[in-house]
Amino acid sequence: MIDARHYNFAFLDEGSKREIRRSILKAVAIPGYQVPFGSRELPIGRGWGTGGIQITLSIIGREDVLKVIDQGSDESVNAVNIKKLVEECTDVAITSDSEEASIIQSRHRIPEIPMRNDQILVLQVPTPEPLRIVETKESVTKQMHAEAEYSPMWLSLFEDLTQYGEISVSSEYPVMVEGRYVMNPSPIPRYDNKKLSDSETLYLFGAGREKKIYAIPPHTDVVSMCFDDIPFQAEDFEGKHCRLCQATGVYLDELIDEKTGEKVYECSDTGFCRGRREQKTWKHQC
Amino acid sequence: MAYVAVSGGKEAIEQSLKLLEIFRESREDITVSGIKENMGLLVDKIMSEAGFYSPEYAALALKQCEGSVEEAVFLLRAYRSTLPRNYYSCPADTRDMRLIRRISAAFKDIPGGQILGPTYDYSHRLLDFSLMEEETGEKAEEGEGVGSESGEDIRCGRVTDILREEHVLEEVEEDNTEPFDVTSNLLTFPAPRSARLQTFARSDAGFLGGVAYSSMRGYGAVHPTVSELRCGYIEIDVPYILDEEESLCIGEILVTEVEALVPSHTETDEEFDKMSLSGGYGLIFGRNENKAIAMSIADASLETKGDTPSQDEEFVLTHGDCLEMSGFISHLKLPHYVTFQSKLDRVRAKEEGK
Amino acid sequence: METPVLRIDHLTVRYGKTCDYCRNGGELHKNTCPRCKTVWACNDMNVKLYEGEILGIVGESGSGKSTLMKSLFFDFDVTEGSGFLRDFGGGEADIFAQSLQQKKYIKNHLMGMVYQNPMLGLRMDYSSAGNIAEKLIAAGQRSFSGMNERVEELLDAVEILQSRKKEPPKNFSGGMQQRVQISKALANNPAILLLDEVTTGLDLSVQAKVLELIREIRQRFHISIMLVSHDLAVIRMLADRTIVMLDGKIIEQGLTDQILDDPQQPYTQQLVHSLL
Repeated sequence: MIDARHYNFAFLDEGSKREIRRSILKAVAIPGYQVPFGSRELPIGRGWGTGGIQITLSIIGREDVLKVIDQGSDESVNAVNIKKLVEECTDVAITSDSEEASIIQSRHRIPEIPMRNDQILVLQVPTPEPLRIVETKESVTKQMHAEAEYSPMWLSLFEDLTQYGEISVSSEYPVMVEGRYVMNPSPIPRYDNKKLSDSETLYLFGAGREKKIYAIPPHTDVVSMCFDDIPFQAEDFEGKHCRLCQATGVYLDELIDEKTGEKVYECSDTGFCRGRREQKTWKHQC
Repeated sequence: MAYVAVSGGKEAIEQSLKLLEIFRESREDITVSGIKENMGLLVDKIMSEAGFYSPEYAALALKQCEGSVEEAVFLLRAYRSTLPRNYYSCPADTRDMRLIRRISAAFKDIPGGQILGPTYDYSHRLLDFSLMEEETGEKAEEGEGVGSESGEDIRCGRVTDILREEHVLEEVEEDNTEPFDVTSNLLTFPAPRSARLQTFARSDAGFLGGVAYSSMRGYGAVHPTVSELRCGYIEIDVPYILDEEESLCIGEILVTEVEALVPSHTETDEEFDKMSLSGGYGLIFGRNENKAIAMSIADASLETKGDTPSQDEEFVLTHGDCLEMSGFISHLKLPHYVTFQSKLDRVRAKEEGK
Repeated sequence: METPVLRIDHLTVRYGKTCDYCRNGGELHKNTCPRCKTVWACNDMNVKLYEGEILGIVGESGSGKSTLMKSLFFDFDVTEGSGFLRDFGGGEADIFAQSLQQKKYIKNHLMGMVYQNPMLGLRMDYSSAGNIAEKLIAAGQRSFSGMNERVEELLDAVEILQSRKKEPPKNFSGGMQQRVQISKALANNPAILLLDEVTTGLDLSVQAKVLELIREIRQRFHISIMLVSHDLAVIRMLADRTIVMLDGKIIEQGLTDQILDDPQQPYTQQLVHSLL
């Protein structure tokens, strides 16, 4: 339990929060560009979402309502752990209803219900550098971004198609932002990539261990990298549905039914699934 | 149902924390001051890797986490994030160090003398069963009047000062530019030396030792001579707000400093290059000798050219932080089923493609 | 007078800080200043390359011929001098003074380079197709099938079987690696091909085949070629004109037959006679 007498509102000292907010502003001004920042250590492990948490702690105010999901689930251990930290050091309201939330922090998913322009989605990023798969050195990737030299990235896609007939990138599928910066959308499934483009909401990406912040402001053009004659492919759930709410056309988790031993599916977005079962109507239907 | 371990997280975490508290709780008498007084070298290691000087809080951290080094470092670092940064200290001159130990491997005798001080170097590593039942505080009384712990104030200049007068050291200009602050900036490469040294000083001792060892053993070129290793207390001053000329002493910290020497060549206008000695530098919180030597080797190694890991700046500077490495490794314990589903989708697509 | 496709004026590449002595034309020891140890790798070179010709550059190792080629391909920075391409900036823009983007454009569209060491020109772990496609991608192509067609065309041109296009160059023999490099260099139909000791280290029979291929390519693509070699037999077989280099300087140039049959400079005479 964090004792408020020993710690500032939202844990970090005000100077640190202001510094992080300045980095966020810069990121919003240059969509897709990775802004370096002086990442602070948190009571949660580096690599466990500290970039996202630092953004959340820096932007959160007493009136905010926070939702945290991990793998689409409000109940996941990591999501619970993060909510607990923020709640203890801010006392803000916590929700699992994505409509009520003003800030949603997420790991690996973008919620199914489209987000509004008065909400912010904060994504946790382990490896912000999309070019890391083709180049190990930070000094080189920095130069590649500066020169918009993305041929090696395209080449790796070409190689995949040549060798396997398929592009093998599963999640963290690279996107081109406003025709300028190649960006790693964090390890969201390819299914979620389309939600990044021309969205109503602001997306903020935080990588604590790698000390980078980047952003996609509302109505930004975001394109998944693919060749003209090879359509970009999202995960395929054709013919499958959620066994709880019967939803189709959403991202599904695959499970094995313990009794029958059969493969069954459930919505990855647990808040969305619960809402459907409770017959909730959303203002913005998907 | 499958994946129960993942849902219902709130309750599970609470139960886990309760269990942890039972594991942690003192069964024998152990106090923060007991840890601070008796486990001094462990406390020093925690402070150096945390980049946070407070023997008391380091001892508290150790008590709180069953003595785990990485957890204790973690606690101090996280606590550090909550503190406003009020001052930057003035540069401290280690010539003014109040010495408890000082040796040179380069010379038999040095002005000011070799001071062996407390060291395990010449002890036999035999388990001493008499310690199973030791009374506290017996030896401290006997030790009165030995070395500077007796209160004797020993201070002296460095061995390199003498070598510099002889012009056998590589001549370098004093660099008084504002140092890079690795705790509030992202490193860019090539990194300034101040950034390198700060990063090494906070590095995981095991990692840094491995880097230095590899360089000495053949994956690199640095096998230095320890010009001087000194351990003692230095005063920390901060600028006095009301008068720029003045400074205020806010206390003493215990540090270990190493200057290592390696031969180097300098290009000249003359027919032959000049041969001289250049240095590697190490400065670590507490009594932390091997880490300080390792740091001086790692520092010198980055000045040499080659393809070995110890010469690769980006490699050694980005993989040695205790918190970053343990955090990223441990995050693999988090659920990854959404991305794994995505991977399965690709593997299955390839299977169907065949 | 015909406009050359490439003209180099007063090109100098040096390493070191220089001193008054060598800057003012003091005598060098080979290519190195005896006082300050500055290396004058290329020293005030003037070169013209005309359309459709093969220009041979010959000299011992350390004479500066590879430095010349690599500077032209922007692998090294030139210290002084300028270069002009007929097809770039109306033939009046100094290529060495261009921005990184422009230099990339020149490398991708106007020139192709084949290195002596295939490791410099190829990604050894990528497929041969990928290696060639890299150039097409760099030139902005984004159609997978379009690039594949072009890759197949180029593999045919250098006589590599289509069945091997998925294989990485590291599985190939030295001769085949050079063929992949050549096809990569030709990918975007450049006007100029730079060949740096491309047959050095290959077996004689393989050498002959690669040389034959270069001759065919010149005919077929009507491309201008600069060919660096220390081997006079290679120069005699391919080059229309030849430049002789020594210690970073051009000491003699002219039609190849003329240089080889009637050398004027003592060094060239020595070179020719040692071969005979």
